[in-house]
Amino acid sequence: MAGLFDSLRARRPRVDKVATPALPSDHWVKCSGCGNAIYRASFLENRKVCEKCSHHHRMSARERLELLADPGSFEEWDAGLVSVDPLGFGQDYLDKLKSDRERTGLSDGLLSGACTLDGIPVALGIMDFGFRGGSMGSVVGEKVVRVLERAAERRIPALLVTCSGGARMQEGMLSLMQMGRTCAAVRRLNRVPAPFLVIMTDPTTAGVAASFAALGDVILAEPGAIIGFSGRRVVEQTIRQKLPPGFQSSEFYLEHGFLDRVVPRSELKDTVTAILGMLAVPAEVGR
Amino acid sequence: MILEVEKPLLELERKIRELQEVDRAAGVDLSAEIRLLERKAQELKENIFGNLSAWDRVQLARHVERPATLDYVTHLFTDFVELHGDRFHGDDPAVVGGLARFQGRPCLVLGHQKGKGTRENLARNFGMPNPEGFRKAGRLMRLAARFGRPIFTFVDTPGAYPGIEAEERGQFEAIASNLALMSELPVPILTVVIGEGGSGGALGIALADRVLILENSVYSVISPEGCASILWRDAARAEEAAAALGLTSQTLKRLGLVDEVLPEPLGGAHRDPAGTFRTVQEALSRHLKTLLDVEEHALLDARYSKYRQMAVMGDL
Repeated sequence: MAGLFDSLRARRPRVDKVATPALPSDHWVKCSGCGNAIYRASFLENRKVCEKCSHHHRMSARERLELLADPGSFEEWDAGLVSVDPLGFGQDYLDKLKSDRERTGLSDGLLSGACTLDGIPVALGIMDFGFRGGSMGSVVGEKVVRVLERAAERRIPALLVTCSGGARMQEGMLSLMQMGRTCAAVRRLNRVPAPFLVIMTDPTTAGVAASFAALGDVILAEPGAIIGFSGRRVVEQTIRQKLPPGFQSSEFYLEHGFLDRVVPRSELKDTVTAILGMLAVPAEVGR
Repeated sequence: MILEVEKPLLELERKIRELQEVDRAAGVDLSAEIRLLERKAQELKENIFGNLSAWDRVQLARHVERPATLDYVTHLFTDFVELHGDRFHGDDPAVVGGLARFQGRPCLVLGHQKGKGTRENLARNFGMPNPEGFRKAGRLMRLAARFGRPIFTFVDTPGAYPGIEAEERGQFEAIASNLALMSELPVPILTVVIGEGGSGGALGIALADRVLILENSVYSVISPEGCASILWRDAARAEEAAAALGLTSQTLKRLGLVDEVLPEPLGGAHRDPAGTFRTVQEALSRHLKTLLDVEEHALLDARYSKYRQMAVMGDL
């Protein structure tokens, strides 16, 4: 039993439902990282990063867009693509899709379009954990492929911000195949060549980690994000021992050589534009 | 290993053997009874195996006696020379691969390898690759492509191994790199799902020009047990999950995710391995022939378009 509670404690930081107002007034939010109360206005001002413990809380796709894109530069693509229920999983699934659409204002788990970052034209895709856990089914896969293909056509960089638990179970093998087709599309972009940047945010796991997210020319990650292939619980059950602290975090993968940089949210846009500034211009100019 | 569904059949077959024994030993003519029971057994067989549920097929796909990758290597290929190691970290016994000849033509053959018993399964890690397994596969496929040799892959795994070291060594990167690689290798790639196709661990060697699947093999985004425990917090509802996940060969064909379903002998591949080998060999030979006629860039374009279409969506 002690083991059970240990594992619950160990997992606690992962269940960070974004800043629920747990305090009497709407003016305060409770940080799921350190438990401290933070004044909501300064929490939002600080881009949802806790001023006390620096915990990076999840952002919606629209909030991310605001963080990264130049104001007014975004033109959305494929806003009408929606998931169907190809396997007949049932009404419950269709209802959840509908309520997620209403709650997030997104058609599915990825917001994509053209925009500029410090004036550099970019094909952008941002996953939203609030839509079925950011899971990748046909629509997310298709939109990722289109972002990569349009970047290739226009010879501009593609930037994908990942935030996903993996494949969308309810689409069965159609979801798994999204891994293959997104990877194939990355290779086409590589051949142009146009830069492909990935920002891994919490969480980036399973079918998304093991496909296009792993193939960025440059892979950045936010601090403390959960990254990996197998779920923590599955690993624990398989090996029947406690996992080392920090297992499957951004810092863990930086140390093991699978990420280029762990970048705090406040420095994210500057880091991306610095890299794009050196890769995205035509070679003649660079020389 | 005996499946629940085949118990009545095995019972009947045992009776027939007993009667045959008596017939021979005691010299009593029981041939009429034997014929009658044999007819009944055949009907029972058709009845049982003509109406298999998704869960029954999961059991058949995992059957310990089901032919595994090395059985196909032995019976469909000649001159096999196994090659080891990923040249980075180690050699993963859960993935086997090497040069061989298919109907005289030099090629590369590789696949997941499960063990036949507990001891071998422990050695093979139950066919669950670590990153070095995927990287070995990638290295061998690059080698094959450089020399213009077609690639055959056999899929039979519960999934990529969920271990600490596997995560440390970048399981996610190893799988993604193979997918990217296989999308651009300029030689024909043919895959057969011969048993269990477990999620990313299966796909990591299965992005191909032709994906064939044996009738009772399964190929799933997640194991039925895993799906049940996530969706309903109850792994015991795996049977229900198996039905919902659309993991059977027929459903995959209907969705256009596999190219051909290969019929198995009644009762499953393990009941007639020789027949199964013939079926697989014929199909591979037929598909290879059509792929060898295709020019390199057309081959790659066709491969890209094939995967490009794998999505089912609606419009608002």
